[in-house]
Parts: sequence; structure tokens; C-alpha cells
Amino acid sequence: MLQIEDLQVKLGDKEILKHIDLEIHPGETHILFGPNGSGKTSLLMTIMGYPQYRVTGGKISFKGEDLTHMPVDERAKLGIGMSYQRPPTIHGVKTKQMVQICGKGGVNAEALAAKVNFSEFLERDINAGFSGGEIKRSELLQLMAQDADLLLFDEPESGVDLENISLIGNTISELLQRDFKVNSQKTQKERHKERTRMGFIITHTGFILDYVTVDKGQVLYDGVLTCTTHPREIFKCISEVGYEECVRCAI
Amino acid sequence: MRDLNEKALEAKEKKAPIGPDIDLDAYESEAVAHEYVEDLRVLSEADKKRMILAGVDTEEKDRSGTFIQKDTVVVHAHSKQEGLEVIPIKDALKKHDWVQDYYWKLVAVDADKYTARAQLDLHNGYVIRALAGSEVIYPVQACMYLEKEGLSQNVHNIIVAEEGSELHIITGCATAAHLRRGLHVGISEFYVKKDAKLSFTMIHHWAEEMMVRARSVGVVEEGGLFLNNYICMRPVKSVQMYPTTHLVGKGAVARFYSLLVGSPVSEMDVGGRIFLKEPDTRAEIISRAITNGGNIIARGDLIGEVPGIKAHLECRGLILKGGAIHAIPELQGKVDGVEMSHEAAVGKIAQEEILYLMSRGLGEDEATATIVRGFLSVDIPGLPPQLKAEIDRAVEQSDKDMM
Repeated sequence: MLQIEDLQVKLGDKEILKHIDLEIHPGETHILFGPNGSGKTSLLMTIMGYPQYRVTGGKISFKGEDLTHMPVDERAKLGIGMSYQRPPTIHGVKTKQMVQICGKGGVNAEALAAKVNFSEFLERDINAGFSGGEIKRSELLQLMAQDADLLLFDEPESGVDLENISLIGNTISELLQRDFKVNSQKTQKERHKERTRMGFIITHTGFILDYVTVDKGQVLYDGVLTCTTHPREIFKCISEVGYEECVRCAI
Repeated sequence: MRDLNEKALEAKEKKAPIGPDIDLDAYESEAVAHEYVEDLRVLSEADKKRMILAGVDTEEKDRSGTFIQKDTVVVHAHSKQEGLEVIPIKDALKKHDWVQDYYWKLVAVDADKYTARAQLDLHNGYVIRALAGSEVIYPVQACMYLEKEGLSQNVHNIIVAEEGSELHIITGCATAAHLRRGLHVGISEFYVKKDAKLSFTMIHHWAEEMMVRARSVGVVEEGGLFLNNYICMRPVKSVQMYPTTHLVGKGAVARFYSLLVGSPVSEMDVGGRIFLKEPDTRAEIISRAITNGGNIIARGDLIGEVPGIKAHLECRGLILKGGAIHAIPELQGKVDGVEMSHEAAVGKIAQEEILYLMSRGLGEDEATATIVRGFLSVDIPGLPPQLKAEIDRAVEQSDKDMM
């Protein structure tokens, strides 16, 4: 379980997350809506442990361990993985090598890459000149290799062309054990029950909901979690009245 | 010869325009006795170990010939392949008239006190030649080895790739494990004839108080390709070299790659200069420099003299643990219709890259090492796999030492 209690975070001198409380239980996936600049990415980066996001109050724990001041790599080892929106280019480090790093050498990079139609990129420097959609596929490929328990997705549908959106959506669904493949051994009910992966998806537009089922939706507005309810309801509300309405709930 | 000597004598005290001046009298230069060996296996294990670090394999696996000079004398020189000649330069000058056509024809004997030294007190060096049309599949290896403390090793090398030939050379410069102080003065002249291909990969594995002054000039004729790689990742007191190449035939290509690691004691002043003198010539100079406290000057100079040439310079530096990097990229377009570009960047490892790798499960040190290794892994098109493997090995070795 991921548990966030009364989390307060500063970036530089600016308070960007204000008294956040959040719980994601094993098998659950949450979606976080919010306008640009509301602090969504900051929340993910704080969960991942980026040091520039300074926790000034509250606590983050995962699997019963206090993460609040744990370095990034230890969080990764504990089972947290992240799909970035704008990952850095690292010259001379090949995509294939990244996949192997994620999988600790125990994965078949070629086979995984084939699943996200990314085979021809394995020998390219990671993120060098990748388009929006290519970045997403590369990030998903790494997450597939990493086999994390909590998966954080930063705007997985942004900048993705129509051709790739379903590939990306379905891959996320599969990663979160939310696909509905027919399995002769188990019923869908059993599969649902055995679901352990946790997901936390950030979205600006909500289009990802066409591909991935989620349990809970929340809105982050100006660093404050303003509502927690059925994700489709939030989506409909925002589609009809826009994020401007959120300001009234945030007060 | 007399003429060369006269010129050299005049330049005996002439300081080089760049690089710290060296007092040549502070080094011994007398001949050191070493026996010639027919069979490389009789070399001492200690020597073999040092040589392999500079890419010279005494087992001669995947090599087409070997040249080894220990201090002042050649201890081994032979070619395993038809169409390939590997000859000590002193023998070559006595036996083969054609060598005179190449000797001191590109490098000026009176360029500075170091060129003068190599003329007035030449120990030896090699002539490596691939005959017209021959294809030397495996690299030829050449080793300049220093064992005697405080010696000045003065060598002159001539490399000729005759018309239509293909030649790959790996030359390793190394010192015995105990050696600390010495000087290496090396003259190299490269001739890449019409449609020939030459790759020259030099790996330096020196000692902490070694001084190195190399002077090299190459010429590439029509349709020829010259790949020149330089790798120096080990401590050295001072290296200064500015190899120059002239592209004198239509469509000639030269590519210079250098990988430098500057440790705290090191002063490196390394560059490359390429003159593009005919249409359709291409030149590329790429350097990667990392410093752990040393000073590195990375120079590059491209001179486009005719329309229709293309040249690019790329100079990247990483300051890891103190030290300084001075990148000096220069472009000189002398006429309309040249296409020349450069990019230079000096900085530290981006924190964002380290964190990205850490979020994939690598510790901070491993993440840094991965980025450094990536920084140094430059794809060199046209380099045979054996040489690529030697470069990778040098990178890996330095990587272990750095972390």
C-alpha cells in the first residue's frame, strides 16, 4: 500500500503541495486530474524521491516502510516505477541497456520491445530525438522490464498520435493487470481478486480512461487535493464546466 | 640527410608554439640494450600485461603484424600477411630508397626542438605500408614501450596505404609498471593514397610523470579515407599534440576521434586540424574529454579552402571531480560554398540524468559510471570490431579507476 499523510512539499521557496492525504491499496489504480501547474507532476516526483522536491511536513510510506527521506534508487528497489513525461536524453546509453538496467539483466529486451513496437529503437541512445509517442513507448518498455509494484504514469497520453494511443493505453492496462484476456485457468473474477499492482496516473485530459479502468479519481488544484470520487464523474464535470470550477471546491 | 641535420640543428632550441616547454637535457637519450625476440611469447609476463592495456596483444590473436620498440631499440617487427610491410625505420632508410620520398616530407624537421630531436637523435620507429590493392583484414599492432626511468624515447613513424589498399593499425604506447618519469617524442607521417583506407588507433597508457610530444601530419588523396583515433585515459604529466591532415584529392575524407580522461596530475593539450583542399572532401573532428582534476585543452581546427566541402567539429567536455577543460573549436571557411559547423559543450553530469537512472534502480555511483561510459562511447564508423573492442576495453578500464 502507498500511504501519504498530510504531505507538504516545497520546490525552492514555493509551497507546491499542501496537506495531501492519499492511499492506494494493492490492486488499486487511481487517476489524478488537474490543470497545468497544479502540482501533479510534483506529487509524482515527490513519491519517486526527487530531492529538489523538499518534504517540509507529513509522511510517505510504501509497503509499511517510511519513504519520506529515502533516496530514489531505494524507492525503485522497493518496487516503485515511473513513466516520465519528459525524460532526459543520455548520450551513449542505449535503450536496450536501459531495459536491461530496469530488468537487472534478467529480461529479454528484444521480446519486450516487440510488444510495444519499439524493436528498432533498442540500439538508439535513450530518448535522443524521440517523438512524444516514442518516449511513451520507451518508458512503458522500461516499466515492463522493471516489474514494479506501484507504477506512476505522468501524462501517458500526451503527445501520442492516434495510431499509438491504443497501444499505449492497452499496455498500461496490462501492466496494471487490468486487461481482460481470456484465461482458461482463471475466471475474470479470480484475476481481479489476484490483482496486486498499484497504479497512479496523472492526466490533464482524461483520455486515458478510454483504455484503462481505474478505481478512484481525484483532482489536484493549486497543490490541494480537492475531490475524490468516481473518475468518470470527475471527467464529465471537467469536460463540461472546466477546471475553473475546481477553484470553488479548493477553497 | 645533411640538409635535414642542418635544419634540425638550427631548431634545436626552438620552443613549440603551444604546450609547456620541456628541458630535453633533463632526460637521458643513450641507447638501452634489449635483445631482439623472434617469438613474442618470450617477453616477460609483466611487459605483456602492460602492453595489452595499450591494445597490443603478444599472442597476436587477430593481428596481421607486430612491431615493438622497447626504449631505444626495436625488439620485434614482422608482418604476417602478404602485401603488408612492417619495418624498423632505420632499416628502411638504409634498404629502401622509396622511404626517402616520405621521410620528413610532411612534418617539418625544424618545426620545434622536438622534431629537431627526432632527427638528431633518432632511436627508431616503424614504417608500415600496405601495398597497392592489398587488404589487411586484421589490424597491425605497434607498441612503443618505455622501461628505462628518465629516458627520452625518440621515434619516427611512416605509414603508407598505397592506392586502393585497406590498412588498420593499432598503436599502443605504454610504460613498464615501475616507470614514473620519461619523455616520448614521436613523429608520424601518414600517406593515404588514392581510394585507400587507413584507420589508425592510438592508445596511450603512460605513467604519472611522463611527458609526450607527438608531431604528426597526414595527407589523403582522391577518394581516400583516414580515420584517426586517439585514446588517453591514464595519468600522464603532459601530452601535447596537434595532428594535422591535408585532404588533397577530390572526395577524400578524414575523421578524428579522441577520448581523453584527465587525472589530477595531467596536462593535456590535444587537438586535430584538417585542411579541406579539394571539392567533395569531408572532415569530422569529434572529441570527448573528462577531467577528474586535470587540465585539458581540446582543440579542433577545420579549414575549408574550396567550395563543396563539408566539415563538422564536435567537442564535449565533462568536469567530474575538479580540473578544467578548455575547448577551442575553430572553423575557417575561406570561400563561398563551404558547409562547416561545430558544437562544443563543457559541463558536469546533469543531475536529472543521474536521477533518471536511479529511478530505474541504479545506485548513484553506478548511475554516474553508466553516464560516463556512455559519454565516452562514440560510434566510429568503419572501425574493425577488434579495434572497437580495444577501445571499449580502455573505456571500461578507466571507468573502473575513476569510480
